Amino acid sequence: MNTLRHGSRARFAAVGIVASGALLLAGCGAANEAPPSGGAGASNAPTVSGTIAGAGASSQQAAQEAWIANFTSANSGANITYDPSGSGAGRTQFLGGGVAYAGSDAYLKPEELTQAQTRCGGDVVEVPAYVSPIAVIYNLQGVRDLQLAPATIAQIFDRKITNWNDPAIAADNPGVTLPDLAITPVNRSDKSGTTQNFADYLKVAAGASWPYDVSDAWPVQGGEAAQGTSGVVGAVKAGNGAIGYADESQAQDLGQAKVKVGTTYAGPTAEAAAAVLEASTRVDGQGQYAFAYKLARDTTASGTYPIVLVSYLLACSKYPDAATADLVKAYLGYVISADGQGVAAQSAGAAPLSDTLRTQITPAVEAIAAGS
Amino acid sequence: MTTTEKVPTSAAARPVVQTGDRIFAGTAKGAGILILLVLAGVAVFLIAQAVPAFLASPADLPGGQNLVAYIGPLVFGTILAAVIALVIATPLAVSVALFITHYAPRRLAQGLGYMVDLLAAVPSIVYGLWGVAVLAPATLGLSDWLNRNLGWLPFFAGPVSVTGRTMLTVGVTLAVMILPIITAVAREVFLQTPTLHEEAALALGATRWEMIRMAVLPFGRSGVISGAMLGLGRALGETMAVAIILSASGAITFNLISSDNPSTIAGNIALQFPDSTGLAVNTLIASGLVLFVITLLVNAIARYIINRRREFSGAN
Repeated sequence: MNTLRHGSRARFAAVGIVASGALLLAGCGAANEAPPSGGAGASNAPTVSGTIAGAGASSQQAAQEAWIANFTSANSGANITYDPSGSGAGRTQFLGGGVAYAGSDAYLKPEELTQAQTRCGGDVVEVPAYVSPIAVIYNLQGVRDLQLAPATIAQIFDRKITNWNDPAIAADNPGVTLPDLAITPVNRSDKSGTTQNFADYLKVAAGASWPYDVSDAWPVQGGEAAQGTSGVVGAVKAGNGAIGYADESQAQDLGQAKVKVGTTYAGPTAEAAAAVLEASTRVDGQGQYAFAYKLARDTTASGTYPIVLVSYLLACSKYPDAATADLVKAYLGYVISADGQGVAAQSAGAAPLSDTLRTQITPAVEAIAAGS
Repeated sequence: MTTTEKVPTSAAARPVVQTGDRIFAGTAKGAGILILLVLAGVAVFLIAQAVPAFLASPADLPGGQNLVAYIGPLVFGTILAAVIALVIATPLAVSVALFITHYAPRRLAQGLGYMVDLLAAVPSIVYGLWGVAVLAPATLGLSDWLNRNLGWLPFFAGPVSVTGRTMLTVGVTLAVMILPIITAVAREVFLQTPTLHEEAALALGATRWEMIRMAVLPFGRSGVISGAMLGLGRALGETMAVAIILSASGAITFNLISSDNPSTIAGNIALQFPDSTGLAVNTLIASGLVLFVITLLVNAIARYIINRRREFSGAN
C-alpha cells in the first residue's frame, strides 16, 4: 500500500516538473515580447528625458551597457533599456513596434526593410554602431605567430586539414616547426552573429574551400562545439591543438592567428578592423538613412583585417511623439560620436568608427524627428 | 439523512460530513484538477506552437531537411545522456541508501542523509560549470585509457576529445545530479521494510547482506524503480548543464569520448532559442513537444512496472 501511494506521488511530481519547465519556457517567450514602456517624468530639465526600450544583438551587450550608463548619467531624466535577446529577436520586436530601437548583427533583409518602413511610416535609420574584430584563436604549444591564408582557415574549419603539420599550414609559416598534432576546430553551438560574420568571411575570401551557405548556425558537423564566446575561448584554452573564432576582446592570452590579406598577414587590431568598414561598399536600395555595408572580406589592402563583426543600430526616422524621437536621436547620436565609440572600445574592445564614416552616417541620425 | 437517527449502523457507512471536511475535500479536488488543467494547457500550447513546424515545407526548417532529421539526433542524444546517467546513478544510489539505512551508525547515517539531500539543492548551472571546468579536464586521462584498451567497443572508438566536453562527462554530471533524488526515494522505501521481515530473515540464519537481499530489496524494488524514473525525468529535461558542457555537433553516435556528440532536446532549445525567429522557434517547440511525450511515456512505463510488481513487492 505504501509503495503504491509513493509511486503515484512520484508520477505526479515528475509530471509537475515537466509542466513547470514548459511553463517557464512559455513565460520567457512572453516576457521577451513585452518590453517595459511608460515614461519617467523629467524633474530638473535635463537635455532629453523619457523612456525607450531597445533589444537585439547580444554582441552589443557590453557596449550598450556602457553607453546607457554614460548617457543616462548625463541625462538624468532618460531611461533606456537594452535587452540582449539576439539579433533575430531584436529585429522582430523592432518590426512589430515593440521596441524603439534595435541592435542587429546583420542589416535588414529586403522583406524586413519593407516591414520596417511600414512600421516607421517612413525611412529606416540603420547605422553601424559596433565594429569588432573576430580573432582566429588557437592553442598550440611552441607556436607563437601562426599565419594562415583564408583557404587554409576554411579547410581547417571544414575538417579537410586535420593535422597541424599539414603542408598547407607549413606554406603559410616558413621556418616554423609545426607539431604532429590533430587539429580540433571549435565552433559556436548556439546561433551567433560571430558565426555568421566568420562564415561570411570564409565564403567570400576562401571561395571554393568553403562550400556552405552563410547563416548564424554553424554548418559543419562533427567539430567541437561550445556555448557562447566564453565557451569557445574556454574550449580552445582547454584543448591542446584546438582552434576557434571569438570576439577579439574576449580572446585574452590565447594565440591569435594572423590572416593573409593580399600578400601580407594582418592581426586582429581595432584599427585594421575599422579600416575594413571604410573599404566596404554601401548596400544600395536600402533608403537614404540606411547605411548597410557589404563588407570587403576579400580586400587586398594592407592594414585591414577582414574578419570583423559589424553590428547595426536600427531606428525609425519618424516617431509619433517628440519625446521618443528626441531621446532616440540623442542616444544614437551619442553612440556613434567619438565619445561613445571610445567608451565601447574601452568597455567592450570594439573598433571605433573612423571620422570619415561618422561624417557619412551622422545625417541619418540627425534626421530622426517627430512626425507621423 | 434521516436514516442516521433511526439506524445507528448506517452512521458508520455514511459518516457525518462537516464543513471543514467539505472544504478540505474541495481544495484537494481543486488542486488535483488544477494539475490536470496545467498539464493540458502545456500540451495545448506545445501542440499549437508546433503545428507550423509540422506543416512547413522541409526546406524552410532549420537544417534544411525534414523535421525527423532535425529532432531525431536530439531525441537520441537526450535518451543516451539520460541512460548513461541512470546506469551510473542507480546502483550508486541504492548502495548509498542501503548504507544509510542498514549499515551506517545512526549518527553518521543522519549526517550522510543530509549531505546527499544537499546535493539536490545545488543549482544545475553550478553542476554545469563544475562539469566543464573540473570534470571535463579530469576525464581526459580516462578517455585516453578507455580508447586505448577498450577502443574496439563503439562507445570508446575515438578520436578522443582534447577538451573532455563529451557525452561521458555529461552522463557523469547528470548522474551526480540525479543521485540525490534516487537515493532519497530508495532510503525512504528501505526504511519502511517491515521489521518483522528483517528479523525473520535474520532468525533463519541469514547474514545481513542475505537479509537485505531477501527482505529489503524485494520490498523496495518498486520504490527504487519509481525513484529511478523520477531521476530519469530530471536527466531527460536537464538543460543548462548539458548546454554548457556538451560539445554538441549533431551526429548520431554511440561514441562517448569524442567531440562529436548529439545534442539533447532541452540543451538544444536553450542554445538555439535566443537567436531564433519564426519557423525556427516552432521547430524548437516541436522538439519540446517530443520531449514532453517522451517524459510522459517514461512515467507511464514506470507506473506500469510498479503496478505489475505490486503483489510481489512484499508490502502488506
